Amino acid sequence: MEDLDPLKKTLMDEIAGSGDLGALEAVRVRGLGKKGAITQRMKTLGALEPEARKAAGQALNVLKDALAKAIEARKAELADAALSERLAQETSDVTLPVRPAPVGHIHPISQTLEELVAIFGEMGFSVAEGPDIEDDFHNFTALNIPEEHPARQDHDTFYLPPLEAKGARMVLRTHTSPVQIRTMQSVEPPIRIIVPGRTFRADSDATHSPMFHQVEGLVIDEAVHMGHLKGTLIDFCRAFFGISDLPVRFRPSYFPFTEPSAEVDIGCSREGGQLKIGHGKEWLEILGSGMVHPKVLENCGIDSTRYQGFAFGMGIERIAMLKYGMPDLRPFYDSDLRWLRHYGFLPLETPSMVRGL
Amino acid sequence: MKFTLNWLKDHLETDAGLDEIVAKLSMIGLEVEGVEDRAKDLAPFKAAYVKEAKPHPNADRLRVCLVDTGDDVVQVVCGAPNARTGMMGIFAPAGCVIPGSGDVLKPGEIRGEKSNGMLVSEREMGLSDEHEGIIEVPDHTKTGTPFAQIMGLDDPVIEVAITPNRGDCLGVRGIARDLAAAGLGALKPTDQSPVPGSFDSPMAWRRDLPEEAQDACPYVAGRLFRNLKNGPSPKWMQTRLLAIGLRPISALVDITNYVTYDLNRPLHVFDAAKVAGGPAMRMARAGEEILALDGETYALSPEMVVIADDNGPEGIGGVMGGAASGVSAGTTEVFLEVALFEPVRVAATGRKLGILSDARHRFERGLDPQSALWGVEVAARLILEICGGEASHVVSAGEIPTAQRRLSLRPGRVAALGGLEVPLDDQLRILSDLGFEVSASGEEIDVRVPGWRNDVECEACLVEEVLRIRGFDAIPAVALPRQGDLPDAVLTPAQKRVSAARTALAWRGLEEAVTFSFVSGREAALFGGGTKDLVLDNPISADLDVMRPSVLPGLAAAAARNADRGLSAAALFEIGPQYAGATPKDQARVAAGLRAGPAAPRHWAAQARGVDALDAKADALAVLEACGAPSGNLQVSRDAPAWYHPGRSGVLRLGPNVLAYFGEMHPRVLDGFSLRGPAAAFEVFLDKVPLPRVKDGKLKAPPKLSPFQPVERDFAFLVDADVPADKLIRAAKGADKALIAKVDLFDIYTGKGVEAAQKSLAIAVTLQPKDRTLTDPEIEAVAAKVVAAVTKATGGVLRG
Repeated sequence: MEDLDPLKKTLMDEIAGSGDLGALEAVRVRGLGKKGAITQRMKTLGALEPEARKAAGQALNVLKDALAKAIEARKAELADAALSERLAQETSDVTLPVRPAPVGHIHPISQTLEELVAIFGEMGFSVAEGPDIEDDFHNFTALNIPEEHPARQDHDTFYLPPLEAKGARMVLRTHTSPVQIRTMQSVEPPIRIIVPGRTFRADSDATHSPMFHQVEGLVIDEAVHMGHLKGTLIDFCRAFFGISDLPVRFRPSYFPFTEPSAEVDIGCSREGGQLKIGHGKEWLEILGSGMVHPKVLENCGIDSTRYQGFAFGMGIERIAMLKYGMPDLRPFYDSDLRWLRHYGFLPLETPSMVRGL
Repeated sequence: MKFTLNWLKDHLETDAGLDEIVAKLSMIGLEVEGVEDRAKDLAPFKAAYVKEAKPHPNADRLRVCLVDTGDDVVQVVCGAPNARTGMMGIFAPAGCVIPGSGDVLKPGEIRGEKSNGMLVSEREMGLSDEHEGIIEVPDHTKTGTPFAQIMGLDDPVIEVAITPNRGDCLGVRGIARDLAAAGLGALKPTDQSPVPGSFDSPMAWRRDLPEEAQDACPYVAGRLFRNLKNGPSPKWMQTRLLAIGLRPISALVDITNYVTYDLNRPLHVFDAAKVAGGPAMRMARAGEEILALDGETYALSPEMVVIADDNGPEGIGGVMGGAASGVSAGTTEVFLEVALFEPVRVAATGRKLGILSDARHRFERGLDPQSALWGVEVAARLILEICGGEASHVVSAGEIPTAQRRLSLRPGRVAALGGLEVPLDDQLRILSDLGFEVSASGEEIDVRVPGWRNDVECEACLVEEVLRIRGFDAIPAVALPRQGDLPDAVLTPAQKRVSAARTALAWRGLEEAVTFSFVSGREAALFGGGTKDLVLDNPISADLDVMRPSVLPGLAAAAARNADRGLSAAALFEIGPQYAGATPKDQARVAAGLRAGPAAPRHWAAQARGVDALDAKADALAVLEACGAPSGNLQVSRDAPAWYHPGRSGVLRLGPNVLAYFGEMHPRVLDGFSLRGPAAAFEVFLDKVPLPRVKDGKLKAPPKLSPFQPVERDFAFLVDADVPADKLIRAAKGADKALIAKVDLFDIYTGKGVEAAQKSLAIAVTLQPKDRTLTDPEIEAVAAKVVAAVTKATGGVLRG
């Protein structure tokens, strides 16, 4: 029987030495092709004795398998090498700045407003709105602020011409309270609303802006009393500032449209000139409140012997400044892109109580 | 309202200290705005004895003093010429803050001699500019006596904010009454007893008021004083007036000011020698003027009450006296005026004349009518005591209104409205301490309101009185009852889409701005606004005097401001109101935005170009999409308003319903805001976007997902240059509504190979078979329909 080892060695050497897929294929044809060395030898097997044929056939098959495996392995090696060579050519500068896709920011007034909606919404308040240009009745008279009332002097009202020749002048609403009136005129109690919106006072200095935002709250029902007012506003202050034991106190005060009236202070400290909301020696006034004056209920056609309730109001910019630390009021309306990007919020998620404010 | 602690104690018998009084004031509704406790501030400064003052060994003009402070003997180097052995001065120890300079005094060495403190001058104490020498105090002063006590500065000054309802607390006595009711002591009696007159007044009051204005001054009293001397007022009175910021002028003027602040009873004195004929209360006559005590001349009008004599107006009723009949140092005879004026008329007069006086402040809040009776006596007692002379019998005109308000309080109301159970006895005591006459009868408390509390007008007011004196702290906080276990959704669809629009725009890279609702008339005019009904009567400046007709002027101005700061690429939006008129329906909610300057920052991978109309269109479409507008049905027309570039702008609409404008800003508008370079803007009218139908709730029909491969065919058409692309796309889409799923415009070409007046538009048409694979003849048939439809609609020709 022929010794296959020299053939095997020759072919194996040629496989190992093939430099590319073409050379490797040529080796395969020389060994395993139709006219290849192995195939030629297979054809001669028929002439052998059965015993010898079996032995020679086995040997040839072993060689054939070995060659096929070697070719496959070499093919993979060559493919790897080719890929490596290609990859070596393919580089990019991954330190390059990426293509611009700027994202803008939500104004702190909008963000704060959404937070207010999240908190009061949880307590069952819906959101009511009303016009910025108001008549005297809704802005003043219905709220128990008659002409020449000293409280009117404090309002620094902006006036517009009357709608009709002899009518009263129109006003830019000085507070969001006229929406209380509009709501009570159109909705049957029980009522639970908050009213965010633009308000206007003819006053402009470092701490006053001729336009600012307020949020008003109104609850009308049969048995709502001042304890509920306290509970609601304490819950609000603690949720808004995220301080679960924030000190909150109620001081008697005066608003023409509430009786009794209270101003609400929260605890703070000013140590080292830094205002910090929370436990401290000092108090900071943040909102006004009170039980709705029976005259106001009656002005809206609500039976004050059956219904009562409370109202409150606060400045949105003011509470935003306290929570987020803006030192000045005026940049809120200046639209300086640097300020908007610094204090604005990414539009990632709508504020909600379950996510935390 | 300011007062001193000792002044308060004239009316309040109390053991309470300053801190307790201050805390209580705020908690009963008299908010303390400040306490000036000079004694506390000046505590380190005390009288000290200079045991020895010898020349400084190394400096001619300095002395080395040994100072006995009472606790210690301290060496001090002093440069004052009057520093000498045996004198009493004021010593400031090292470590204290010098009031005049605000500096902290440090121990040190001056030319080799230790100095551990300072003997201070008046300037260093912040008392005057005197700095020639150090303060000397009388030799008999005890070493260690506080400086504040020596100077009479040891009476703390308290300032409270008085709410408009509490006119009664514009007098110290009113404040004392509240504190007494709140348990901080007892209200002391005052002497309001009659002061006997010794002669008949040669002057008498007249009320020459028309029938319809009788209540303008229902009552006025007075009396004449003669042989008096109008020198300086006594030291104690001057000290108190100075402490609350009033300048002492003369005894008579100081007395009227003192009674105003002490008892909330404004007074006026006329120099009787300067009054011609009997004084009268009458309405001012057209054309009359008065030179008032503030040195200003005021034009009076017929609805104002004046105090007039034969010479004309001598005072403006309840507002201010006149200069002509004012008292002076030489005055020896005065006629006193103690009047009642109608609050509303005083307020209107003061507002019209622009006078804010102590008298107006009190009269417009309403006085105790009885004060016209006792005011005469209190004033007479002080005038006689301080100025000497003699008083006439009292003269008066009119009648004091005697009607006393009666209210009833159901004791249960305190708990029902106030949320706090207060025992009946406590309710009665509180009201009674505040001056209300109370009697419990059956189910109700019968309450007579004192004349000085005209603010108390209903049962709720009485509840407030009980609660505020009892203290709001005592009211238990109760959570608002939940309406269900889980909160209901509270925002309306219209409100929700404001948030959606805001989020969409921020994600598109625009920064949210909030700008004023008013703009200048010039800016309003550029945006079609500025009608008379929207011009403010009293703007804070001419730049902010018209309600904005559009949100854009604020954004354009903001972009210009940013460009001035070096940020020329601005992308801003605002969701807010615009005003077409002054009625509620004229106010519209608009989401508007403006992009100015380059469309993208200078960047290696970004195409350098300015913003254009299509940037604004994309923003507008994003808002509409976020709001749930049927964006597939939107039409584009070219009739945007005048503030847009006429050729590069458009309107997004659903038939006649205009949802949005977009486009490049008109060059004239850019100019008007000094904006260099392009700007593109949009305005989406949120109220105009149809709300989604609610009948199907949130259910959606299942999608038809075809298992058959879509086929894409490209076409290029030559069309006239002015053919809108949208027309061609719509025509192609409409060629076979069943099969054509979408049409994408992927190329616009002009130039070589295309005639000058034409352009080539290339579209990719996607066919989506639903029930079987398309055969080539079927595809060819649809392609032919596309070509035919486009040609018919646009005159376009398939490009070879």
